[in-house]
Amino acid sequence: MTRRAFRRTRRCLATTAVLALTLAACSSDDDGGDDDGKVTLHINGQPPNTDERELRVFLAEIEAFEAEHTDIDIVPHEGFMEPETFNTRVAGGNLEDVFYVYFTDPAGIIEQGYAADITDYLADYPNLDQIRPELHEAFQDEAGRQYGVPTANYSMGLLYNRDLFEQAGLDPNSPPATWEEVRTASAAIAELGGGVTGYGECATENTGGWHLTTEIYSTGGLVAEPDGDGWRAAFNTPETLALLENLSAMRWEDQSMGSDQMRSCEDVMVQMGAGQLGMYVAAPDNLPTLVRQYDGTYENLGLAPIPDGGGTLLGGEGYMINAGASDEQIEAALTWLQWRFVNPDEIERRIEESAADELPVGLPMPPTPDIWVEGEIRDNVEALKEQYANVPVEHVQPFMEGAPSIEGRIEPPNAQEVYATLDNVMQGVLTNEGSDIQSLLDDAESQVNRIYGAS
Amino acid sequence: MASPETRRRLGENVTAYGFLCAALVVFSLFAWYPAIRNIILSFQEVNFVRGSSWVGFDNFSYIFDDPLFATAWRNSAIFTLYALVLGFGVPFVTALLINEFRHARAYFRVLVYLPVMLPPVVVALMWRWFYQPDGGLINEILGTVGLPTSDWTNSSSTALISLVIVSTWANMGTATLIYLAALQTIPGELYEAAELEGAGIWRRIWHVTIPQTRFVILMLLLLQVVATMQVFTEPFVMTGGGPQDSTVTVMLLIYRYAFVYNNFGAASAMSLLLLLVLAVFSAAYLRVTRSQQT
Repeated sequence: MTRRAFRRTRRCLATTAVLALTLAACSSDDDGGDDDGKVTLHINGQPPNTDERELRVFLAEIEAFEAEHTDIDIVPHEGFMEPETFNTRVAGGNLEDVFYVYFTDPAGIIEQGYAADITDYLADYPNLDQIRPELHEAFQDEAGRQYGVPTANYSMGLLYNRDLFEQAGLDPNSPPATWEEVRTASAAIAELGGGVTGYGECATENTGGWHLTTEIYSTGGLVAEPDGDGWRAAFNTPETLALLENLSAMRWEDQSMGSDQMRSCEDVMVQMGAGQLGMYVAAPDNLPTLVRQYDGTYENLGLAPIPDGGGTLLGGEGYMINAGASDEQIEAALTWLQWRFVNPDEIERRIEESAADELPVGLPMPPTPDIWVEGEIRDNVEALKEQYANVPVEHVQPFMEGAPSIEGRIEPPNAQEVYATLDNVMQGVLTNEGSDIQSLLDDAESQVNRIYGAS
Repeated sequence: MASPETRRRLGENVTAYGFLCAALVVFSLFAWYPAIRNIILSFQEVNFVRGSSWVGFDNFSYIFDDPLFATAWRNSAIFTLYALVLGFGVPFVTALLINEFRHARAYFRVLVYLPVMLPPVVVALMWRWFYQPDGGLINEILGTVGLPTSDWTNSSSTALISLVIVSTWANMGTATLIYLAALQTIPGELYEAAELEGAGIWRRIWHVTIPQTRFVILMLLLLQVVATMQVFTEPFVMTGGGPQDSTVTVMLLIYRYAFVYNNFGAASAMSLLLLLVLAVFSAAYLRVTRSQQT
């Protein structure tokens, strides 16, 4: 063989080898079974490398789980729910076996058939039936079949700056209980001057609609109601009109909300962290974020129930299982989800770990997620929370005391589309002094009914 | 069996064919295949697990029925119109000015081109701060010199033009450099002759500069229409389409259909309509370039 022929042959062999390897990689075992009899489970939800503490805890828990369940091999993937890449992952067959979702997403995922029906498997897993039924609802279809496991939730309240309350002559231990009182407090805080505003709203990226939904719930109203086999808009009511007129008065008559209104929730948090904002509607997980990322302090922040208290929005997160998963993978996935997220035996260890890492304990959020029905597990969690509390929990006490009497409502169907429509209502009130609020509501109602296919 | 002459020619051009093949593969994979796939998807209800099903023109009915359809096209058309007025005139005038400088021409060239080097998202975030009604840079400056301030992106009447200003600022460097290059190809004798005839600066621009750069002007005009009709970054990052849908553009609506509402059929149908509209301008562009070459 000549040298040139040898080189050509070597190149061909190398190319063939690469192609063969590529094909072998592409045709990896689809049913998740390994040669050693283990069930392989690809999961997402791995924290990014930049979040060192969370990543360390996550990987350690996988290691502990695998030691306990030697027949399951967990393959973690970084990232949570990203709308921009979710469908491309499905289309490419790259969606993980167990994937993270917000409460806004399961309905669409179930409708499109991307998640496995796990109803018939649930009875074999302890404690899943101890999760609050309304949280399970977020993962059910119209027939009540279950397609996922809720792992954490939140309900919305009123977050406020205790220092600004004191400076404005308000009692920080007695936060506003109605929207009218919010208006009064907002005006008093804005009078402090120096760029301080009394009340803030998110208004872009569908967060305006998300907040407005919470506020409509707070008046006892609904955003959507069942209508035969479908849904129809239910928010165009005198109560919603009064709510928005109160907001408009804060913005334009009292001038207590500032001029910059096209803000995301992150913009609002920056202002709150800087001590320039009196109040805004938020979930409890905003508290540690404000402290960790935006220079807030637990001593300075308070959390109250949603004003008017006629209802509040329940949001949260959970995991679903890929529709293509095998029976073994579904069983392994439920074993993992039960062990990692719905595990009362682990709660004390996780609280201790969080306290040792100087993370907040005692707030209505992980490491003590508020997912349990009334009963022994919940009582135990509450006792542990009290025992290990390392933040001034009395500042969230109004929220905790109000929560049991306020009905939690999950997000409406087609939540993101509805929120995009309601963004317009919020923006109309906040950016246009002469806006006709009733007309905004009429337009939004007709648009939401179009989304629901209702006439 | 190929003749020896054919084999010799093939042998001589094998490298060129290799490069050509690579280009064809890349275009096929990343341009033509997605375009054809988009056309197919626009007639389907898309489902990545159960498989997509043909729905005829349902996706088109859906988008025509959306009140935002007309809003998005109107906003995109107005954006393009504003962008032509601002983004077309400003670079031309800037190029004329820089061309007149004798010493610091290179310095001004770099200065004008600098914004192009900033990532578009950085530009959008920076201008969000400039535009803040309270404490934003522009209102502070306007207030200091006694001029009236504006709500900029916080008002549905000023939001769209505010985005055009950002887009023009960010992209004018490229157009300016192209105009500058065209201006520098104009023979100096033409200006000298015009001056001898007694032409002032305006007559020189009107009778020498504009006719001599006519082709470049027309080419950039068409390219700009194609580019600005696809505006996305500025409304996506700065306003999210608001206030009250005043900055929802066609591309932003396509993004919402696909990635917020998971309706890939509607997104594809809207993309196909945009493709057809832009194809008209692209055909005009090709015609202009071809006529220039012949």
